[in-house]
Amino acid sequence: MNPAPMIALVGNPNAGKSALFNALTGARQKVGNYPGVTVERKVGRMALDDGRPLELVDLPGTYSLDPQSPDEQVTRDVLFGRQEGERTPSALVVVVDATNLDNHLRFVLQLVALGLPTVVALNMIDMAARDGLEIDVARLSAELGVPVVPTVAVRKRGLEELREALGRAVGGGGKAVFATGAPKEIATLQRDARRIADAVTTQQRQGNVWTQRVDRIALHPVIGPILLTGLMFVMFQAVFSWSQTPIEWLASLQAWLGNQAVTHLPDNILRSLLVEGVINGVGSVVAYLPQILILFFFILMLEATGYMVRAAFLMDRLMAGVGLSGRAFIPLLSSFACAIPGIMATRSIDDPKDRLTTILIAPLMTCSARLPVYAVVIGAFIPAKKVLPGIGLQGLVLFCLYVAGIVGSMLVAAVFKRTVTKGGGGGFLMEMPKYQMPVWRDVALGLWQRAYVFLRRAGTVILWVTIVLWALTSFPKAPDGVKQSEYSIAGRIASGIEPIVRPVGFNHALALAIIPAMAAREVAVSALQTVYSIDSGDDEKVGQERLATRLRGAWSLPTALAFLAWFVFAPQCLSTIAVIRRETNGWKWPLFALGYLFVLAWCAAGITFWTATALGL
Amino acid sequence: MRLDQLPLRQESRIASIDWDGLSPREAKRLRELGFDDGVSVEALHRGALKGPLACRVGRMIVALRRGVAASVIVEPA
Repeated sequence: MNPAPMIALVGNPNAGKSALFNALTGARQKVGNYPGVTVERKVGRMALDDGRPLELVDLPGTYSLDPQSPDEQVTRDVLFGRQEGERTPSALVVVVDATNLDNHLRFVLQLVALGLPTVVALNMIDMAARDGLEIDVARLSAELGVPVVPTVAVRKRGLEELREALGRAVGGGGKAVFATGAPKEIATLQRDARRIADAVTTQQRQGNVWTQRVDRIALHPVIGPILLTGLMFVMFQAVFSWSQTPIEWLASLQAWLGNQAVTHLPDNILRSLLVEGVINGVGSVVAYLPQILILFFFILMLEATGYMVRAAFLMDRLMAGVGLSGRAFIPLLSSFACAIPGIMATRSIDDPKDRLTTILIAPLMTCSARLPVYAVVIGAFIPAKKVLPGIGLQGLVLFCLYVAGIVGSMLVAAVFKRTVTKGGGGGFLMEMPKYQMPVWRDVALGLWQRAYVFLRRAGTVILWVTIVLWALTSFPKAPDGVKQSEYSIAGRIASGIEPIVRPVGFNHALALAIIPAMAAREVAVSALQTVYSIDSGDDEKVGQERLATRLRGAWSLPTALAFLAWFVFAPQCLSTIAVIRRETNGWKWPLFALGYLFVLAWCAAGITFWTATALGL
Repeated sequence: MRLDQLPLRQESRIASIDWDGLSPREAKRLRELGFDDGVSVEALHRGALKGPLACRVGRMIVALRRGVAASVIVEPA
């Protein structure tokens, strides 16, 4: 049987390509990577109206086929059938923004010249009408020599016509005939594009009124930055306050499960593993799913509305001060959710030195995996009182931790740009998309993909680390009068590293918790949970007793603060190190990152501990 | 007049661009974003403290630094 024909979806950034991809494939999509490079490969399946299946590949948004960035290289290789692990496309769907024809048509002309069967999706045709643009679709089709279908991807309009046109393009059995003529100069194509755009478009009245009106406020030299700061503050406040109720639900579910196991299972080693290792360990991590989802929700919304690029604009001056550009702001903001997508998003930075600097400082952005750790320590040691109406002290401390990470990263970037990553300076040059209402379906799909990744991690890496940790802390059994957490294998390892971290205020349990946290930061919480519940011995209470109460009994306030400071900087995530290795093609930079982050973490924890102790906290 | 000196919201046109004064990377991006002789242009917003400049080029809004904008010579539309 022949595999389903492969259709490649191509277009400029901001043409609505992803929305069209989602609309055509629904949730039947797979996100992966191209081998050897870190360009995302999104594949989905769709069926034509006569039932024929098609495989749709969503290529990265690019402006041209000149290979300068990895994104452009992959797009080019796929289209020429040279990409490893990808078939040559049977047809192309080129997505263009109807409100920006004069610019997008240049890329269309380049693609049509390839000679593959092509259908142009004239997307956002409703926005064009709103902007007072009238487009002669028949004439555009005649000028380009390929079918043109007006679509509104976010409203699912024009999809049927698009499938029909695709059916004809694929059915025609059109074989790829690569144009042999000399490729035209970019400037010539540009002028051709403008000539066609002018010929097919009639401007009825001044457009873009909305975006310009909003931008007058959002990009205002004074109001703009205030608005951005406010937005960031609301975002982090929301992460804490909106998540309270669902976290309590998850906690009571966990307590109920623990009690059920204790009531119904015989008291043996297996029950101990199940309750102390699996239920409490994994449960204490899963409990933070609500916060992670809230954070991702904000980031997805900022991207979907088009505000993210404005934020980059506002941040450019500040970033220029440390030798970076506003472009670095987007990967860095994503790193607040997780450094891995953040580091992968640095691909959009053209300049290699700027990109390397951004990769090196991305782990300093407070990722969502640190949230469980912060949340549990803040919850235990910082009183839940109001400093100002609507502003809680706990939220404020959390905000300060985020700020510490940001300030730290800026200082580090400034140092690196003058030393190890000297040179370069790619500048700041980017398109600002129109503001858009977010499509809830796409935001929901994005959230679901993150939740799935997190739960899969909790179900695999975190589960295994927790079980191994439970075993290491449970054996060998301590004789009477000796603490299990010190007598066990893990306890002995921790005793080995304790001298290194004791000066900065870490006790034995803390030394123990930071070892497994190397695999995944959030495991620090379950590690503490496991250590303290094993010491308490009576697992009847394990489900109910809150970790917070235990921590308050075991740590001093300076120790708690030092632990928070440690986590602002510590490189405790092997996946991040692995991604840095992949992105920089070698071990030099990941090892460098590992080293400098440890030194920074130790100093930060030390300064915090010594200051807090001196102040008598 | 240079694009970085252009008063805000004043319809203008690109008279010429000093391509040689730009790095090849910047020049390529600038072309891709639609900068070319004869294209209509309008400065829209300026970032604080000599921050970047947002301008309309054709039908698109583009953000760029003032140093790059200085290579773009504009004339009244």
